[in-house]
This record gives sequence, C-alpha cells and structure tokens, in this order.
Amino acid sequence: MTEEYTPQRHGVPLWAQIIVWVFLVALLVIVAMGLRRAQQGTVQPGQKIDNFTLTLFSGYEYEGKTEVTMEELRGKIVVINFWASWCKPCEQEAAELQQAWEIYGPTGEVAFIGADYVDTEPEARVYLKKFGITFPNGPDLATNISQYFRIKGVPETYFIDREGILQYVQVGPFTSLGQFQSIIDPLINQ
Amino acid sequence: MKKILSSILFVLILAGASASLVFAQDTFPTDDDVNKIAKQLYCPVCESTPLDVCPTEACRQWREVIRTMLTEGKSEAEIKQHFATQYGIRVLNVPPNPWLTYFIPGVVILIGAVMLFRGFQLWKKPLVAESVSDKDEAEQVQQDEYLAKMEAELKRRK
Amino acid sequence: MIADFGFGVLVVSFLVTLYSVFAAIYGEVKKSAAMVESARRAMLLTWPLLTLTAGTLIYLLVNNHYEVQFVYEVTSRSMPTYLKVTAWWGGQAGSLLFWSWLMSAFASLVTLRNWDRDREFLPWVIVVACVTMAFFIGMNVFFENPFAQLYQTFDGINPFTFQPADSILFTPQDGRGLNPLLRHPGMVIHPPMLYLGFVSFVIPYAFAMAALITGRTDDRWIRITRRWTLWAWLFLTFGLVLGGRWAYDVLGWGGYWGWDPVEIAAFMPWLTGTAFLHSVMIQEKRGMMKHWNMLLIILTYDLVIFGTFLTRSGVLSSVHAFAQSAIGPLFFAFIGLTLITSVALIIYRWAALKSETEMTSMLSREALFLLNNLLFMSILVVCFWGVIYPLISELFTGEKVTVGPPFYERATGPLWAALLLLMGIAPLSAWGHSTVKTLGRAIWKPTVGAIAITVAIYMFYTRDIYAIIGFFLVALVLLVTFYEYWRGAYARQRSQGENIFVAFWNLTGRNRRRYGGYIIHISIMLMAIGILGIELFQTETQGTVAAGDSIDISGYTITYREVASWDDTPKGVNYTRAVVDVYENGIYLGELHPRKDYYFDSQQNMTIPGNRSTMKDDLYVLLIDWQPISADGATLKIYVNPLVNWLWMGSLLFMIGIVIAAWPDKDPEHVTVRADRQLKQANAAD
Repeated sequence: MTEEYTPQRHGVPLWAQIIVWVFLVALLVIVAMGLRRAQQGTVQPGQKIDNFTLTLFSGYEYEGKTEVTMEELRGKIVVINFWASWCKPCEQEAAELQQAWEIYGPTGEVAFIGADYVDTEPEARVYLKKFGITFPNGPDLATNISQYFRIKGVPETYFIDREGILQYVQVGPFTSLGQFQSIIDPLINQ
Repeated sequence: MKKILSSILFVLILAGASASLVFAQDTFPTDDDVNKIAKQLYCPVCESTPLDVCPTEACRQWREVIRTMLTEGKSEAEIKQHFATQYGIRVLNVPPNPWLTYFIPGVVILIGAVMLFRGFQLWKKPLVAESVSDKDEAEQVQQDEYLAKMEAELKRRK
Repeated sequence: MIADFGFGVLVVSFLVTLYSVFAAIYGEVKKSAAMVESARRAMLLTWPLLTLTAGTLIYLLVNNHYEVQFVYEVTSRSMPTYLKVTAWWGGQAGSLLFWSWLMSAFASLVTLRNWDRDREFLPWVIVVACVTMAFFIGMNVFFENPFAQLYQTFDGINPFTFQPADSILFTPQDGRGLNPLLRHPGMVIHPPMLYLGFVSFVIPYAFAMAALITGRTDDRWIRITRRWTLWAWLFLTFGLVLGGRWAYDVLGWGGYWGWDPVEIAAFMPWLTGTAFLHSVMIQEKRGMMKHWNMLLIILTYDLVIFGTFLTRSGVLSSVHAFAQSAIGPLFFAFIGLTLITSVALIIYRWAALKSETEMTSMLSREALFLLNNLLFMSILVVCFWGVIYPLISELFTGEKVTVGPPFYERATGPLWAALLLLMGIAPLSAWGHSTVKTLGRAIWKPTVGAIAITVAIYMFYTRDIYAIIGFFLVALVLLVTFYEYWRGAYARQRSQGENIFVAFWNLTGRNRRRYGGYIIHISIMLMAIGILGIELFQTETQGTVAAGDSIDISGYTITYREVASWDDTPKGVNYTRAVVDVYENGIYLGELHPRKDYYFDSQQNMTIPGNRSTMKDDLYVLLIDWQPISADGATLKIYVNPLVNWLWMGSLLFMIGIVIAAWPDKDPEHVTVRADRQLKQANAAD
C-alpha cells in the first residue's frame, strides 16, 4: 500500500554543521571558564585592586563621610578584614585587630576597614561593641567586595600597599598580634 | 463615687491593655508568616538551602530579620528587596529579570516545534504528490473509458 | 601495606583497560581477529581486577584503617559495619571506583553474549567501554587515589600516594565519619541505583558508536541494546525516586525534589532516555528516525558524563556537590573528547542513516511519538538552561543568580500537561495511519468518563484550576489505558474462550512490551496523582508550644506531650525525641516521635520526622530548634502532604511494569518486524 520512496542521500548541510559546532564549542568554553573559576583561589598577591566602595554602619565614619572608597585610600597601607558575627574563628582575632588599629591607626599611614560578610545589623553591632571595634566597618552589600576578592570564607584579611597592589592574604584568624605586625611592618617600611 | 470612678478607670485600662494585647497578637508575625517569605529565599551562606529549612545560627538570625520587618509592616516585596540589596540577588529563588530566563528556552523550544512541523510536511509531501498523480491516472482512465464508450456508440450509430 | 596493594591492583586495572583499547583498535585496523579477541579477554579481566581493588578498599573501610585518607574521611568507629561498607560510595574517590567497577561488570556482561552476527561491532564496543573506564580509573590513579595514606612531614599531615622523604605514616585515632545525612538505608541503594542507570546507558551508546564507525547503520544496534536501554531506564528511574524518598525521610524539608542543580543533572539523562525509549519504537516499526535515535543516545550518554562532571567539579553550587577536587580538568577533557567525537561521527554518517518510509498522517502513532520527543526535549531545554544560566550570568556579568523551583515549575508545568494529554491519545492511535475520525471514535468514551470524574472532583474536593486540569488529564490517561487493556483482553476472551482474568494474563505475556508499557503508564499516572496532591495541596504550619498545647492543621490536632534527650555513646549520637499525640476531628489516631539526632564526630544534626502515612495523606511532624527544645516549649513544624503515598506506590508498580516490558521473549531477536508490519497495522487500525 505504501510505496517506498528514496529521499535524496545528502549529508548535513554546511550551515547546520556550523551552528552545531559553534554551539558545542561555546558550551565547552563556558564550562571551561566555569571550571577555571571554581578552581581559582582568592585574589593573589601582585594583583592591582580595583576601586570599590564600602558603605559604613551608622556610627562609623571615615574622614567625615559614611562610606570609604579604595581610591581615596591610595598612598596608605590598607588592611581589609572580612568577618561576620556568626563566625566563631573571627572572634579569636577581633581583640588583636582592634589592638593593631590602636597602634597603627594614629600613624596615619595605615587604614583599617572591616567588611561584614552576609550578616545582620543588630548582631553585627553586638559583635562590634563586644570587642570595642573602632575602625571603619560596614556591611558588604550584595557581597560585591567579597566576590571581587573571591574570599573562600571568613575571617580573611587582605593587605594592600600604597600603590594599591595586593601584597598578602591572611586566610583564617591571626594567631597573635605579633603575627599581624610581622606582616604589616615590612609593608610600611617599603 | 471615687470607688466607681477608679473602678471605671481600672476597667478602661484593662480593656485598653487587652485590646492592645489582642492587637499585638493579630499583627505579631507567626512562624508561618516568616516561613512564607523565607521559603522564597535561599540561605546566603549555605549551598542551595532554602531559608525556611536552613538549620544554622546565621539563618536563624535572618529569619528574625524577616520577623522584625514584618512587625514593622514591611511588605513581602520590600523584605525580598532588602535581602537582595544586602546579600545579592542570588538569595532570591528566581532571577529578578524574568525576561532572559524564560526567553531563551522559549525561543529554542519554538525553533524545535517549527523544525518538527516542517519535518512533518516534508515527510508527507511525496505521498500527497502520489495521490494527486493517482487521481490524475484515475481521471485519465475514466476519460479513456468514456472515450471508448463514445467510440463504440458512434460506431453503432454509423 | 594493604593500601599499597590496593593501589597496585588499581594501576594494573588501568593498564589492562588501556591495553584493551589499543588492542581493539589495532586488531580492527589490521584485521587481526586474534588481537580483537585479546582485547576482549583483557576487558573481561578488568572486572576481577577491579573487584579485588574494591574488596581491598572495603577491607580497609571495615577495619578502621584511618591512615588511609579516604577511610578517615568517610568512616568512624561508631558507624555500624553495613554503613562502613556502603561508605565505599560515600566520598569522591570511592564513588569513582564504584563507577569503574560497575562499568567493567556491564562491559564484561556485554562481551559474554553471542557475537557471531555482530563481529564488526565488537572492537568498537570494547573501545568505547574501555575508554570510558580508562578515564574513570585514571581519575582515581592520578588525581583522587582512594588508597592515599596520611603522612606526617615538615609541612603537616597530608595524603600521599607514595611515601615522601622524611615522613612517617600518621594514623588518626578515629575517622571523621560519614555525613549523618548519608547514614540512612536510602544511602545504601540510591547512589548504586543512579550509577547503575548511568553506567548501563554507556552500552547502547557504545553500540551506536560502533554502528556509526562501521557504517552498519540499520537498526541492528537498537535491537541488541533494547533491553539494556530498558534496564538502564529502570535503574535511573529507581535511583531518582529513591533519592526523592531519602530526601523526604531525612532532610526534614517536607519535600522530595528541590530542583537542585545536581538533581537536575541526574534528571536530564532520564528525559532523553525516556524520549529514546519511545523513539526507537518508531525506528523498529517504521524504519524512521534513524538520525534522531542516534542523536538521542549520544545526548543521553553525554548528559550522563556531563552530569557526573557537574556534580564533582565544583562548577555548580549545590547541596549534593562533592568537595572540590583536581579531577575537574581531566573530566573536562573527557567531556570534550566524547562530545566532539560523537558529533563528528554522526555528521560523517548522516547520509547513511536514511529513512525507509515516510509519515502518512499527523495523528499516526509515530507522529505522536515525535511530539512526545519534542516535549521531552523541551523540558530538557528548560532544565539545561536553568542549570547553565547562573554559570553564564556569573561569568559574563559577574552577577550571581539562583534559578529555583518557581522557574522550573512554571516553565515545565504546561509541558508535563501536554505530555499527559499525549499519553491519553497515543495508545489509541495506529502505526502508519490515524485520522481524527478513528481517534475520535476511540477516545470519546474515556473522555466522557474523565469529564465525569473531574466534575465530581470539582464539586466535592477542589476548585483549583491546576488540580482540575491535572486530574482530568490523569483520569483520561487512566481510562484510555484501562480501556485499551480491557479491549485486548475482551477480544482475546472472545477469540480464545478464556475467562477474562486468564485473558489479561496471557495478553500481557504475549505482548510484554506493549502491556508492560501500559502498566508503566498507569504507574506514572499514580505517581502523577501523588505529585499533584503534594504540590498543589500541601499545607504546613509551625509553632512553638509548651507541653500539653496543641497545633491545628487541616483537620488534625497535634498535641505536644513530652520530650526526652539521651546519649547513645557507642553510636556517637545524642537523641532528642519528642512525643506528640495526633487527633483527627477529635478521634485519637496515635502518637508520633519526631527526633533530632546530633552526631558528635561530625557535629551535625539530623531532623527525623514523625510521619503518619496513609493513602489519603502524610502527617509529617518535625522537631526543629528555632527555639531551644525543652518541655516548656518546642518548635514543631508540621506538613500535611495529601496523596503523596500514591507517588511511592506508583513507583513500585513502575518497577513491575518495566520488569514485564523487559522480560525476555521466547521469540529470538531476529524476528523481522517489517515483514508483519502490514499485519500489525491492520490489527492496530481497527
């Protein structure tokens, strides 16, 4: 009843092949990029740090303003500390950080900023009050800054020199004030 | 007289107090109210865990934030916006711009459907052509028969 | 020492697998049957070798050899023996070995069959199977050695395959222990089922590749692998269902599916696998869709590998993801290799895959099967995009987004509904030809029945529009399927004079594929009832109650009676167990015991629900600690999940259906379908 008919034997037309291969290559490129990103660690020493803005908690200010930008800190050594009130290891270094601030802050050569990672304001304030933190602190809104630094957790501290180049990454809490000083003194003396 | 006045005052105060109590109970957000919103958010720290079921201390704090904001009378959209501003849009369970999310799959599916129906047409065409030619043949045969009849008739008439 | 032995056997397995690949290629190119036979024997050898490797690892796991890093990471002294054995697949390195072991078992099974009529396929099937195996074993050997041991060096304690200079072996006192979420009977079967599904799809793929390479593009490869495909699909479905049940039991989220990227990664091959199952029938009955079937099996295999890669490489964030490791790049190379090779091969052989007939009617069964394929592929597109979009967004805009359940539900809902509708129409349509009239005649009775049922539901149970549509479609499919089943049995009863039950039995036995398929469709409808119930009508509530107080929900009253807490030191757990009384409309139904288990070694909590299951609904009570738990107040979270047990019951019937459909026929494989195709068409069209 149904007659056989032989359709033309032709291969895949060129336009279809191009589309298929382009799509395949695009997919592989995206996956490769994703893989590279997953394998990347934090930002590494030697990289120039772009400008970012940290809005401070009310009650904190920097030179009369309620936000701090990386650019205006150029010329100073910048210490950025990522922390959270729900992070137990952060408490281990909080007192030392404040002590370090009290030592280095008055010199005018070092700027300390604290970026609160994924936290709630009431609990953050309790934390700051508990350790008597006085250096500028603010929430890392939309986690923009921590995403830029590609932090893997808290606490992490980043040391940036006067030219804005990252010099040292501290993953985890500082063991002592001495350890902190051993990192920052060489940077100041450069 | 004094007694009556003070009793009335007492009753009024009591009424006022219980009224405010009732009022507070009506507006105090229950766990269910909090969960309704937390369900639509993801824990900012844990992997792919919805905020209403996340067991960590931090999540507990975030749920209390929701409760506080509900007490202040904030709407669901405002609360979600607050979380997005604070922690990034990744804490929302759908991207805020729906266009791109739905558009691409929609286009691809449409292309697939078009390809399928074109395929249907392509596969059907030869048979349609054949049936047309069948019809032609049948007509041709009919015509031949008619002609033959005509001839025969004409021959007889001759 | 034992660990070194294990590693040695693993390396030997790797070398044997590589040898098998090269011997098969060499034997085929040089036309040496001896070399091909040697390759086949080498492939057979891999299974005993890998079994020995696995046995060594299990020995180490069971005997507390914590100097071996993998053993340290996934076991602890407090775990029962059966969990120590199943910890084999509780971590990255062990689960890769498990994959390889399964792969070698299936490859060996395939080589043991009779190859007389398919000699030209053999070398290429060996090559594909062994290349896959070589990659997985290679990942173990070079990047994730399950036998790496802990050595103490100047820099601290780290795992090494070979002992470094100036180091000593370090043996921890106890292991870290398996994540408590994984210490559940579901853990025993869910990963093996999934891996069985994944790995068994490699076999049809291998045959498809062999068909493309040899140019033997008729449907021989489909016939050979038809049963493999069915079993692969069975395992994969079962693995997915088990995963859902396990999540339902131990996660305490009140649900069974979260549209998590890793869940979707396992779901995508299921979608193409289901499409493939249907579309191969078109090729068998009508000789069409050869290109499409090739594409589908390639897609299924590549999605399996891609999914396994996504789960393990850290590219996606997910609750399921394994800890990040170095296997990413190698896995990526493997994906690139398989994708490029498969696509290149199918383009090369495109012209050879000609169709034998054309389609005559848009309502014929093959047309409807094609629509079925379009719908499954559409769902696949939605899922794939949902998984890839966050990745693209982050890479190109720097903005991290999450694509969650609302997207998937809204986008796939209509597609599932269309599939349901198709399931109601397709069994009534004939191969080759169907018209609106013939279909209309067949379908009007079930449709009327379905409408009647839906009206009843509307009047007595719910007005929700999605439920109405959903239940209408389910009723339609059930009625159509039962109707078809009954018609066949009735015809048989009349012609053979058997009584109706015997007729049913014999009918199913004679045409296992068709009636097994109907049973599977019926079971899917039961599962759909469960899904509709829980998705559309789930209620939940949460509240903090003191002892003696109650919470009301959906007609139930749950009264918090008491709580007790105690340690089980040998097991390393602290239990906090609450007792609640359940009443429905004043009638006492019993008590439930929701629990919180705290595991000391991993410092993690498990929330175990107290669950009362009936076909009507599940009453699911959780003890959660939003507030600290005590007799003064405990926070209870209660879900009522209507109809959810239809989902689990349906999946059991599903299993039975597949077993029936896949059961070997008495007829030999080479019964030509094409010869009696006309006869079948005639039969089907009435």
